[in-house]
Amino acid sequence: MNAVATVVHAVDVTPWEMPTLDYRLLAPVLIVLGAGVVSVLFEAFLPRGVRRPVQLTLVFVTLIAALVAVINLNGVRETAGQGALAIDGPGLILQGAVVVIAILGALLMAERGLDPNGDAFAARASSLPGSEDERQFTARGYFQTEIWAFFLFAVGGMMLFPIANDLLMMFVALEVMSLPLYLLAGMARRRRLLSQEAALKYFVLGAFASAFFLYGAALLYGFSGSISFGEIAASLGSKTGETALILIAIGLVVAGVLFKIGAAPFHQWVPDVYQGAPTPVTGFMAAAVKIAAFGALLRLLYVALGGMRWDWTPMLWVISILTMFVGAILALTQSDIKRMIAYSSIAQAGFILLGVVAVSAKGLEGAIFYLIAYAFTTIGVFAIISMVRDENGEATHLSKWAGLGRQSPVIATLFTIFMLALTGIPLTSGFIGKFAVFSAAYASGDKWLVIAAVVASLIAAFFYMRVVVLMFFTEPNEETAIVAIPSIFTTIALAAAATVTVLLGVVPQPLLDLIANAGVFIR
Amino acid sequence: MQEVMPATGVFSLLWLLIALPLAGAAILLFSGRKTNKWGPYLGVFTVFVDAIIAIWMLIAMMGNSAEQRTFSQNEFSWMFAGNLKVDMAFQLDQLSMVFVLLITVVGTLIHIYSLGYMSHDPDKRKFFGYLNLFVAAMLLLVLANNYLLLYVGWEGVGLASFLLISFWQIKPTAAAAGKKAFIINRVGDVGLSLAIMVMFVTFGSVGFDEVFGSTSQASEGTLTAIGLLLLLAAAGKSAQFPLQAWLLDAMEGPTPVSALIHAATMVTAGVYLITRSNAIFDAAAWAATAVVVVGVITMFMGAIIGSAKDDIKKSLAGSTMSQIGYMVLAAGLGPVGYVFAIFHLLTHGVFKAGLFLGAGSVMHGMNDNVNMRRYGALRTAMMVTYATFIIGTLSIMGIPPFSGFWSKDSIIHAAFESNTLVGILTIIAAAITGFYMTRMAAMTFFGKARWEDGVHPHESPKVMTIPLIILAIGSTFMGIALLFWGNIETWLEPVTGFEEKHIAIPEWALITITLILVLAGAAYGWIQYARREVPLVAPRGNWLTRAARQDLYGDAVNNTLVVQPSFWLSRFLVWFDGSWIDGFVNGSAAFFGGLSARLRPYQSGFIRSYALSMVGGAVLVVLALVLVRLS
Repeated sequence: MNAVATVVHAVDVTPWEMPTLDYRLLAPVLIVLGAGVVSVLFEAFLPRGVRRPVQLTLVFVTLIAALVAVINLNGVRETAGQGALAIDGPGLILQGAVVVIAILGALLMAERGLDPNGDAFAARASSLPGSEDERQFTARGYFQTEIWAFFLFAVGGMMLFPIANDLLMMFVALEVMSLPLYLLAGMARRRRLLSQEAALKYFVLGAFASAFFLYGAALLYGFSGSISFGEIAASLGSKTGETALILIAIGLVVAGVLFKIGAAPFHQWVPDVYQGAPTPVTGFMAAAVKIAAFGALLRLLYVALGGMRWDWTPMLWVISILTMFVGAILALTQSDIKRMIAYSSIAQAGFILLGVVAVSAKGLEGAIFYLIAYAFTTIGVFAIISMVRDENGEATHLSKWAGLGRQSPVIATLFTIFMLALTGIPLTSGFIGKFAVFSAAYASGDKWLVIAAVVASLIAAFFYMRVVVLMFFTEPNEETAIVAIPSIFTTIALAAAATVTVLLGVVPQPLLDLIANAGVFIR
Repeated sequence: MQEVMPATGVFSLLWLLIALPLAGAAILLFSGRKTNKWGPYLGVFTVFVDAIIAIWMLIAMMGNSAEQRTFSQNEFSWMFAGNLKVDMAFQLDQLSMVFVLLITVVGTLIHIYSLGYMSHDPDKRKFFGYLNLFVAAMLLLVLANNYLLLYVGWEGVGLASFLLISFWQIKPTAAAAGKKAFIINRVGDVGLSLAIMVMFVTFGSVGFDEVFGSTSQASEGTLTAIGLLLLLAAAGKSAQFPLQAWLLDAMEGPTPVSALIHAATMVTAGVYLITRSNAIFDAAAWAATAVVVVGVITMFMGAIIGSAKDDIKKSLAGSTMSQIGYMVLAAGLGPVGYVFAIFHLLTHGVFKAGLFLGAGSVMHGMNDNVNMRRYGALRTAMMVTYATFIIGTLSIMGIPPFSGFWSKDSIIHAAFESNTLVGILTIIAAAITGFYMTRMAAMTFFGKARWEDGVHPHESPKVMTIPLIILAIGSTFMGIALLFWGNIETWLEPVTGFEEKHIAIPEWALITITLILVLAGAAYGWIQYARREVPLVAPRGNWLTRAARQDLYGDAVNNTLVVQPSFWLSRFLVWFDGSWIDGFVNGSAAFFGGLSARLRPYQSGFIRSYALSMVGGAVLVVLALVLVRLS
């Protein structure tokens, strides 16, 4: 009752004033979202033939412009949009990472050299799978360029997510990011039923998770009388009583975000969606959503709920251990490489949670480094998955990867590098990332959590290495897939992913310094 | 005190000395068959350019005053971990300079010789790639300005040596010899790495300047430990007792390799290490004494083995052991001996390379037969090889005015300066040298022809004989040149220190006694092997000969003391690994696999069950929060 009274009071006295907006600070997000609108207009008015080159130009110019705008904000540390957005070091690094990963993701999505029928997307998403329409559209060589509008909106949402500084903005960002992804997930050219099922599952469960978030946000507002993270933190520090309300609120809000990072027990959508979605979309989603959602989770927990850390760290302990082990153990028995990588991404989310649980500057740095390293590796993994094919499209069953090392030593070696990075072997980025979060958690006194994480890493090593063994130490047979030669798009993305994976393993210091110099979240 | 100069002018090319052969090795080893045609010439070219740069540097260095002959070049910060800071930095001083010259000039000659010697080998390109790799690593070893970088070169030459010994790995003996050399060298390498660790703990640095500048702060016990560890390292690399067993087997490699790596350069790395670390040995008397003892033992072992072997290369290998024994004992004598150790190292590098290449030339003409009992009377068949080999023989025996005389005599003199017993022993070893070298020359070039059927000895091509001639000229004049014109003592003195002591015996008397004994040994060898018939099958011989043929039972000792216990240990470990470790691993794999299979059904694909699990998760999250608050 008390809380409600405060709200009513607040509404009474606050006069309406025109919000002041600093467009320089908003530029990165505005560029991308604006380009999304332009992309829709292009889709509506341009003739079919020129859409692809125009859209691709728009996307890449936009992303590079957004990257420049982010870099331009280097050193800024203030809030924008009446406190709704926080432009600070970690936020900008995460934004920059999202943009760079989006560029690589766009390169994968633009690929048309792998599938004999065109790109990875259905000729017309509206046609019924298996129908005469579908055959017609495919035969006529129709393509969907609408994906680029969705893509740009999703990127805009992802860039907004880690800098959202109040509950409402965070929710909006969450939805702007998610809705286009639900659609993109359902547009696979092959195995369309699986893809559509995945999209529907993703959408329904995502909506469900959003409901959690929204309900929790409402309760937090009810408790503190504000949606701003700073004021929530202040009222958590000053107010007592209403314990049940605040605990339920935290639980629900955090659960909503944990869904997006794929933490157990909110993880069950991950394998289905990763498997069903078009592989380039999976790669982009797996890499970029992790960055954005972890950024949001970190800001939410560190800034808004930092005062309650003694309440939520044990809960995250449990979630983290559960996530690592569920991901690692279930990956052991997967026979489909996309599902296996999906479970691996669940396990990796568990590892990154160690950096969150540390609740320290070191933990923040470690988590950010891990996210960036992981994102590049993941893009590379899915780039290769999209290249390994048989006559039915991508050959995702593991048995088809047997002996791949004999037939395509270069690709198999690159895949091995990515697997080593995901395992966390030295001289790859994965090792530095694991070391950073593990040591941060250890320094914060979470010894047992680190031991659990090491055990989970050991279990995970088994299934990563299994692919390597399969590729190199098994004789090829007539089932073995062949590696399609990609165009320049996938080649660039793959080369970049492999280079960064090795480079961050050999000379991690520049990036570590960059992250360390970025400081902590603005309060 | 030495002043450290920045590497300007020609000295700014220091890095290039290493980079050139390294690039050569990379190109030759990674480029594939396309480079087969011109690859070997590239290999020769890189070392040749290195030799020119080295000579240029020598001239520039001689232009500076004695205190200004140390040049240092810092490339970049190599390692930075806690207190350990190591730079990729090179240092060229008088000691490094003579090594650089030896490596590049002798290296060039051997590269050229190899063009002829290896001309029919299908893997010629690979061979030159390995040779280039060796030169790069050896230059890194002598140019490093800290022990850690030296260690990189040390391991690099070990690797190159391994690759080249087992170059003809189709032969099981060559493959085994390569492994043997590598493994025995590891023992020495462990010594070096431990020495570096002790240095870091004691001095907080592994740089030469820092370590040598602060020896007074360390206790003598620590310094003795470092010295003994360095001696172990030197023994491994220089085939000194008790790690000598690999060198004889290493003769399985192509003969140019034996000349370059196992006579002139790599095996002298141990002498370099001891001389370079003179500040440590000067402050650790016990370690220095151990060096002398090891040197003396090896000097005799090598000489005895060299006297009994019928394989020309193994006989030369024994001789190499013996001569390096001389150098090591000289280095152990302290400031009276360092410069002469290096002096003998240089002259030996030249005449022994010549002898090995001469042996290679003989083998080339004898269908690769190495058994001297099937040689004989070759002096007419191969005139150039004969003449150059004899010059090398006279040089190693220490006959004036050949270069070996000056350097060996200096060592004998220095030995008398510090200990009469050691002095007498060096003279006796010199007499044995006279015997086995005469025996080798007599069995090969004199007496009756004992050739196998179908062998038609012929002189080698010019590409092989010209290096022989150049090395023979070096074997003749280098001693005089270095001693009287080059003033080797004053040249090296700023780095190693030098002192001269008076001895009771006058110089001329010492030389005369030595020469008489050497000639006596030579005469005995001549009577035995040139005058009398040499039997085709070796006679049984006395116990010493039989022992020497077995490398003085070096392998048997290693086998009993090291190999057999290792086998037992490894059998135990295999059992332990199989039943305990694997049992645990397989058990846990089965456990988690089973767990995985049991959890899989919960991933049913039904959206309702997923949603239920999310609700359960949310409840779990809230419950966890509440529980924490309640507790």
